[in-house]
Amino acid sequence: MSTAVATAEAHGGGHGGGAEHSPHPPTSTGIDHRKLLMWGFLASDCMFFGSLIATYLIYRGRAEELVAAGQGSGPLPHEVLDIPYTSVSAFVLLMSSLTMVLALAAVQRGDVRGTRIWLFATATLGSIFLGGQYFEFTSFYKEDGLGLTTNMFGTSFYTLTGFHGAHVTIGVIMLLSLLWVSLRGGLRQEQAINVEIIGLYWHFVDIVWIVIFTLVYLIPYDDDISTISEGAEHAARLLGLS
Amino acid sequence: MAHRASVATHGGHGGHPGSAAGEHLPGHPGQRTYINIAIILAIITIVEVATYYIEWMADSGVLVPTLIVLSAAKFVTVVGYFMHLKFDDRRLTWIFAAGLVISLAIVISLKILMDVHPIDYALRLLTGGE
Repeated sequence: MSTAVATAEAHGGGHGGGAEHSPHPPTSTGIDHRKLLMWGFLASDCMFFGSLIATYLIYRGRAEELVAAGQGSGPLPHEVLDIPYTSVSAFVLLMSSLTMVLALAAVQRGDVRGTRIWLFATATLGSIFLGGQYFEFTSFYKEDGLGLTTNMFGTSFYTLTGFHGAHVTIGVIMLLSLLWVSLRGGLRQEQAINVEIIGLYWHFVDIVWIVIFTLVYLIPYDDDISTISEGAEHAARLLGLS
Repeated sequence: MAHRASVATHGGHGGHPGSAAGEHLPGHPGQRTYINIAIILAIITIVEVATYYIEWMADSGVLVPTLIVLSAAKFVTVVGYFMHLKFDDRRLTWIFAAGLVISLAIVISLKILMDVHPIDYALRLLTGGE
């Protein structure tokens, strides 16, 4: 008990460098509660995206097997996914992580102008990513005929990337809110923890895309021909076609 | 004790009113480091995409492991440096790692469960029969 209290007192509740400057009271863990809560949320969000990614990996394969068995309809991933286009989107989101961490560094050293510039840059890059996703979705739907219920690939793809897009949208709204607060003079060096917490969320959105980009876009399912053909044979047997 | 040492070194960072303009926080990388890390991440992304187009890598079966390693490197770099987990309280790493491990377990479990009967479930949905 005394150790925990001493730790908390020594570190001003995990931020601020001193209790007299801190907007947050000392905590028993020595870590700011808001930051602890955000990390807990991010850990739970990992499980959420883990479920969505697993579902996508399973159903993308099912869609391919059904088409191979002559029972399903396309389009399939390799027919619609545009790797160069998505690579640019991935790059944009990756660079937004840099601008986010630069915004945090700026607010921590009391650079108000720098904070505003980098927050605006991050929100802009996030918006560009969202615009790219909107274009990708509309292109899939209008040109390739891939709707939410067209096949299992469409359902799992739109659900996974759509939920990620929703996370990015929430992130952009939070960034613009921070920018608004900063423009009204309410985001000073002492409130850097607010930028840090939203930054954690933003970086998480980025790392989720790092995983999605690799698993959904770059790793081709049709590499594993044996799995597809086995699945097709199995499907034909079940349907009494062979 | 280890935790205390960690917090004492890195201060839990948040407000840090004492840091002067142009300086970076104790235990945190500076702007130049952040930019260098971003360049490394960009290079890894370029390598990833280039790898995708190299046919012999797919043919020889090294494409998927290579992409997973590159992706994991990017993931760890962003979490470690941009999210400051490398410099922060060790307990935050454990919290996040727990979420990651459970997440990975979900992916592996679901994949194994669904692969036991590769296509039955989908076909039953499609045909509405047994």
